[in-house]
Amino acid sequence: MRLVAEGLSAKRGEDLIFQDISFEIPRGEALVVKGPNGSGKSTLLRVLAGLLPAETGTAKLVAAAQPVERLGEACHYLGHRNAMKRELTVDENLVFWKAFFGDFSGGAGISVDEAVESVGLRGIVHLPFGYLSAGQQRRMAMAKLLVAWRPVWILDEPTAALDASAEAMFAGLVTTHLARGGIAIAATHQPLGLEGVRELRMTGFAGVGEAVW
Amino acid sequence: MSEPSLAIRKFSDLANPTRFLALVATVWPWLAGLTLCLFAVGLYLSFTTVGDYQQGETVRIMYVHVPAAWLSMMCYTVMALSALGTLVWRHPLADVSAKAAAPIGACFTLVALITGSLWGKPMWGTWWVWDARLTSVFVLFLMYLGLIALNRAMDEPTRAAKVSAVLILVGFVNIPIIKFSVEWWNTLHQPASVIRMDGPTISGEFLRPLLVMAVAFTLLFFTLHILAMRNEILRRRIAVLRRHAARSAGGAA
Amino acid sequence: MIALLARDLKLSVRAGGGALIGVLFFMTVVAVIPFGVGPDLNLLSRIGPAILWIGALLASLLGLDRLFQAEREDGSLDLLLMQETPLVLTVFVKCVAHWVATGLPLVIASPLLGLFMNMDEVAIGATTLTLLAGTPAITFIGAAGAAIAVALPRGGLLVSILVLPLAIPVLIFGVSAVYAAIQDPAPFLPPFLILIAINLFFAVLGPVAAAAALRLSSD
Repeated sequence: MRLVAEGLSAKRGEDLIFQDISFEIPRGEALVVKGPNGSGKSTLLRVLAGLLPAETGTAKLVAAAQPVERLGEACHYLGHRNAMKRELTVDENLVFWKAFFGDFSGGAGISVDEAVESVGLRGIVHLPFGYLSAGQQRRMAMAKLLVAWRPVWILDEPTAALDASAEAMFAGLVTTHLARGGIAIAATHQPLGLEGVRELRMTGFAGVGEAVW
Repeated sequence: MSEPSLAIRKFSDLANPTRFLALVATVWPWLAGLTLCLFAVGLYLSFTTVGDYQQGETVRIMYVHVPAAWLSMMCYTVMALSALGTLVWRHPLADVSAKAAAPIGACFTLVALITGSLWGKPMWGTWWVWDARLTSVFVLFLMYLGLIALNRAMDEPTRAAKVSAVLILVGFVNIPIIKFSVEWWNTLHQPASVIRMDGPTISGEFLRPLLVMAVAFTLLFFTLHILAMRNEILRRRIAVLRRHAARSAGGAA
Repeated sequence: MIALLARDLKLSVRAGGGALIGVLFFMTVVAVIPFGVGPDLNLLSRIGPAILWIGALLASLLGLDRLFQAEREDGSLDLLLMQETPLVLTVFVKCVAHWVATGLPLVIASPLLGLFMNMDEVAIGATTLTLLAGTPAITFIGAAGAAIAVALPRGGLLVSILVLPLAIPVLIFGVSAVYAAIQDPAPFLPPFLILIAINLFFAVLGPVAAAAALRLSSD
């Protein structure tokens, strides 16, 4: 299984954010996307997740365990927002996502209890999500990645608002995921603490779109 | 993501904005001139034909009212076709077309409503009657206003165009249902139809000016539409130039 | 899908959920009508079904704008969009949950309000039945409006403006079915069946349009 992106470019409004980005990630490896603010890291990740249309180019999963029509189906996306409901308890949130996601073939998600254990927050699953601190909320959002199996993790600034120990914990999660044959793509300012990862440097604004106008 | 097919490419090239602007520049004076001529003929005919013996001179309102009502529907059809162009072929000119047509359509609909009301005063003795025809035109007017409001509420033109396109199509599918239900409702509450406008009751004498006026109004619509599209394209070009200016001033790139 | 249904229902009854607000609004609207038209019981019983229908229509539009906006604000919408599950189905299930949480209470409250309006048993029964058949249609077509206005800061008002003209047929057939039931010559079934047909049609059109709008407006 490989993730292959060829000649990607994308627009936000009329602005061309990046142009002609190609890379290939084999299974068990991670790609870290670096660059200054506004260089298009988030846009690239959203294009990969299928949340934004690419202007040109394609991204696909080659030789996956099941044929994928859209790359997004095989991905977990951890964006800036946690995608958890403040009014529901942590347990209800995670149980919902586990049921709703379902497992992608080629792996299985771990149970909610184990996932919460892995992010080091056992014992507070009965609390409404809104009662948790920002750091705890972020960790619970990471537990969401574990409850259902997806070969590709797309992580946008995953460790913002986390302290050093939580960062180390998260590096551990990603390493385990890679060891299980997964792929990870992360946009970040901080070093993720991963060994031997590929890097993609985004330079930023590629120009106002080749105007149709 | 896939490359567009050759046929669509060709179509795109033909309809690219620069060529469209050149086309507009050559076509619009002719179109406008023709519209004026037809209006002159149409208005002359409208005022020289004898009045209906029942309705008197007020029947002449029909020569404005009916074409305006016809255009209010045609304009929505043009918008629906443009919406298809936006969603299926993702053609930027289709966005522009739909956006430019909405205010024009709203104006024609308003004209149809006002003339209908003016006509109604001597006919029915009141300014407004919840007649099936008038009511459905009124609902259409509300839909136009909703579309314009939606377009104005979004700042990013391409996204606004796509989302409006969905709404236009939903509305288009619904118009027959609304029309049907309003007619049903009307027969329940007000069985006697006041004026019948369909075919056989209109004599040839009224038909001639009516047809000329209908063609004149249609040409007027197309003239206004292409000019509005031109303005919208120029507006977007200015927006792009401003963006360029903002980017280059910052020294970024 | 069951999980999504259960989650949305739970959310609607937790703090900040809009389930009861709709019924409250419905009752308030119906309660202020007599102050406007006067306490004439005959008049009230005559216009009662129409008032109940208009109140229910407005009340079901009330919470619609939050249908997708809440999901968008916390990032859940992104994840719903990415899944293999067809988005149309996801939207449909969300509509069903929304109707159970906000539309069904309106239907249940309508007999009580019918008594306030001095309506007789047949009229109350017919109104409740037509509301049961008609309010889902409003939710479905409203979902299209909610999806279209999802990215707008003041989307709530716009949703109502966009959806109300489209909901006119539902109102017309709902009310005329009720009047057909209480006034002898007109048959009840034709308008009622048309109402159900509109309901089924909107059950397809609404989610399809909403799914398209959500995909096109994601940013």
